[in-house]
Amino acid sequence: MAATEPLVLGIETSCDETGIGIVRGRTLLSNTIASSMDEHARYGGVVPEVAARAHLEALQPAIEAAVAEAGIGLDDLDAVAVTSGPGLAGALMVGVGAAKALAVSLDKPLYAVNHLVGHIAADILAGDEVEYPTVALLVSGGHTSLLLVRDLVSDVELLGETVDDAAGEAFDKIARILGLPYPGGPEIDRAAATGDPTAIRFPRGLSRASDMAEHRYDFSFSGLKTAVARWIEQAEAAGTPIDTADVAASFREAVVDVLVTKALDACDRFGVPRLLLGGGVIANRRLREVALARAAEAGVAVRIPPLSLCTDNGAMIAALAAQLMATGHAPSTLAFGADSTLPVTEIQVAGVTA
Amino acid sequence: MPSTGASASAPIPTPRPSEAGGGRREDLPAELARRGPGTLDDVILGIDTSLGTSVAVTDSDGVVRAESSSDNPLGHAEAIGSLLTTALTDAARGPIGQTGAGEPVVLTHVAAGMGPGPFTGLRVGIAAARAFALGRGLPVIAVPSHDAAALAVFLGRALADPFGDVPRFAVVTDARRREFAFSVYDGIDDDGIPVRVEGPLLTPRDRIDDELAALDAERRDVTSIPASMIATLAARAAAAGRTLAGPEPLYLRAPDVTLPAARKRVGV
Ligand SMILES: [Zn+2]
Repeated sequence: MAATEPLVLGIETSCDETGIGIVRGRTLLSNTIASSMDEHARYGGVVPEVAARAHLEALQPAIEAAVAEAGIGLDDLDAVAVTSGPGLAGALMVGVGAAKALAVSLDKPLYAVNHLVGHIAADILAGDEVEYPTVALLVSGGHTSLLLVRDLVSDVELLGETVDDAAGEAFDKIARILGLPYPGGPEIDRAAATGDPTAIRFPRGLSRASDMAEHRYDFSFSGLKTAVARWIEQAEAAGTPIDTADVAASFREAVVDVLVTKALDACDRFGVPRLLLGGGVIANRRLREVALARAAEAGVAVRIPPLSLCTDNGAMIAALAAQLMATGHAPSTLAFGADSTLPVTEIQVAGVTA
Repeated sequence: MPSTGASASAPIPTPRPSEAGGGRREDLPAELARRGPGTLDDVILGIDTSLGTSVAVTDSDGVVRAESSSDNPLGHAEAIGSLLTTALTDAARGPIGQTGAGEPVVLTHVAAGMGPGPFTGLRVGIAAARAFALGRGLPVIAVPSHDAAALAVFLGRALADPFGDVPRFAVVTDARRREFAFSVYDGIDDDGIPVRVEGPLLTPRDRIDDELAALDAERRDVTSIPASMIATLAARAAAAGRTLAGPEPLYLRAPDVTLPAARKRVGV
């Protein structure tokens, strides 16, 4: 029984959410999240040291809350799982230290896994059958990655990623330029509600024909950020009133357009009629709308896990470990650390090859 | 009891692994007499990552059952799991010097070194102590890491000269960024706990000697904190019903943040 439906507790501390998840196989028992987002608000972005301090504070109560919600005892667990990377090194280390100690304390196996692949694994907790291969677009304040998933536990390929800012960071930075609070995503969304997305034609990063050879599936948002700032400066210099709604809507459209265009291009090029969306920026209503509409035209089925599983969480980490166990992967050794730049091809870290 | 040095009722030197021999509580009548009932069976797991990474299992009377450490000032997250496993395995063999299969130790407390120390490493040990304790349903005892270093100084002195005094001294550790962290100690109290009269505080490296001269404290640079001292101190605090540190790590610095600058001009 434990082989196919293992009971796993997952610990996720790669950014500003302390996530503790408990799953039994593909069944979600608890998705407990303590966020330090409010503490970062006055800095306009995630401050690594603030995040790491908050993880240490939140960890123990979050584990206790998750165990209580799941109605299990820690002794019942079949394994402990933890994010080894990618993410903020100091933040990751809190989770790694805790996970190792918990596993040794309980004398249970430990699975150290990849955060990005965890985002893909979140989908299996949604309840229905998940088909592979799929293209996956993961968009958050920490990452913007386009992946080709042939198999969740053994074959994930990085097609492209951002070469500068993550999409969520771009939202935060533009919000700041427009005088809107942090986090920028929902603020830009709100400001854009009454704006005209076609009012200003902002550039689509890495989308020119000349970019297609090297950066077909990569993203860049720093040029877009500069273009928005320049547009505002020019308007101010000319004394023209700035329509914040139009700027917000046009900026958002540029981001959404490039994300969806590249994702659907990947589906087309690899002959994969499935697209999985993940990451906190998926909360952006316009991104979901455009993705669904254009995917439907292209004959691509879109999967969007519930939002609580799209943002960073421990349940996705537990789910990935449960799948690794169900497919016969041996646990990780204790000899691993936090790897802030862990490549997506390393689905499990420090695994013993059978 | 005098506030400095070791007297008849002062703490018993904690045998280091090499000195432990086959003896255990039999060698420690004074300590036994001092302890109330109910604390004798305490077995404490100590963890400190404020400098290197150190894990130890000690009995409440200070006998070290196992100690497993890495002096590497980095790599705490990498090292902590294996050090825990090693310490628990060694402790299961019984008191150091005893042979035979032994059986898993039944721990009663987990003690965590709370710093000061470089933050990213320091947090690994505290997180590990809390998670380990949660897994076994044990209480966590927070111990200032400098206090443990000070206890090592007192115990080392007591071994060398049971009736000698330890002059007022400062535990000095690297705090990075051209600063030291220091705490000043003046004697050890009736509970066997070093008396901290100043600190922990930060000071620029080039000012430490002036600072300590003004405090009339002898400088003792410390580059590792033995987890056995963390555990021993925790046992003494527990026996005396005292709290040595709060739940917050001894960061001594506000988090480093760069407030967003005013909007930068990109040039029209
Ligand atoms: Zn994420």
